[in-house]
Amino acid sequence: MKAVVTVTPKKSVLDPQGAAVAQALAHHGLENIGKVRIGKSIEIELPAGTIDEARLHQLCRDFLSNPVIEDYTFEIVA
Amino acid sequence: MRFAVLQFPGSNCDQDAVAAVRSFPGASADLVWHKTNSLAGFDAVIVPGGFSYGDYLRCGAIAQFSPILAAVKEFAAQGGPVLGICNGFQILCESGLLPGALVRNRDLHFLCEHIHLRVETTATPFTKNARPGQVLRIPIAHGEGNYVCDDATLAELENNGQIAFRYTDATGATTEAANPNGSRAHIAGIRNAAGNVLGLMPHPERACDALLGSTDGRVLFESILSS
Repeated sequence: MKAVVTVTPKKSVLDPQGAAVAQALAHHGLENIGKVRIGKSIEIELPAGTIDEARLHQLCRDFLSNPVIEDYTFEIVA
Repeated sequence: MRFAVLQFPGSNCDQDAVAAVRSFPGASADLVWHKTNSLAGFDAVIVPGGFSYGDYLRCGAIAQFSPILAAVKEFAAQGGPVLGICNGFQILCESGLLPGALVRNRDLHFLCEHIHLRVETTATPFTKNARPGQVLRIPIAHGEGNYVCDDATLAELENNGQIAFRYTDATGATTEAANPNGSRAHIAGIRNAAGNVLGLMPHPERACDALLGSTDGRVLFESILSS
C-alpha cells in the first residue's frame, strides 16, 4: 500500500519550468496549448492498514509542500 | 561579540562567513554543527549559504527540521540577531521565521554576478550603520532567489518597513532590468516584524575584502558589531 503525494506550484506562482516546457511543446508542433505546470510526485510505501489520512495531510502541509507556493493532493493506492 | 555560523550538510559559504566575521576587531566566529541543540554563549547567529541537504524537496525544506533550528527559533524569540544569507534566507523562510518563499529564478539560470541593492530600512541590527537608500554592490549566487509572497503579506511587509533591501541599478532605481531573478517588488532581503531576524539572497560576506571586488558588505557586520 502506498500514498502518492502530488505537489504542484500554486496557480498564482510563476512556474518558469512549466513555461519553458510549454514553449518547447509548441516547437514540437503541439498547438493551442494552455499553461504547463511542473510539480513532483512523492510515493510513500506504507504498511497495509496504517494510513492515517489526517496525519498525512499534516505532513503534506508542514513538510512535503510549502503552502506559500504549492498545492498538494494525495491518493492511496494498493 | 561571538557569532555562531551554522553548518548543515551541504553548506558551502560557512567558511566565508567565518572569515568575514573574523576580519573585524572584537568579533569571533565558531562553526556550529546542525545537530547541536543549543546556542548558549553566542551573541549573533549566521545561517550561511550553500545547498543544505542538496536542496532536496525544496531549498531549506529539510534543514528547517535540524535540531539547531529549534535553538535558532528560541534565540530569535528572545531578540537575538539572526542573519540568513542565500540558502540561509531560504531556511529562515521555510522555518517560518520570515514570511514568503524563494522559488526558481524567472529566467531559470543560476546567477553568479555582482548586483546592486538599496538599503530600505536601517531598523535592523544589521543595517543600522547604513544610510537609508544607500546602494551596495554585492554578489549574488543562486538558482532559486525569486522572492514570492501573497498580496496580504506584501502589504504587511511594506507597511511595517520589513523590506530590508531591493534590487536596483547602480543609481538606486528599481528597474525591471535590475531585478535579476524576478523577485516580487524587487525584494532582495526582508526582516521580521521585530527586526532582529534578517534574510537576504546576496552575499555580504563575499563583499568584505577589496581583493574580492567590493567591501560594501562590511556595513552589515559593522552594524551588528556596534549594536
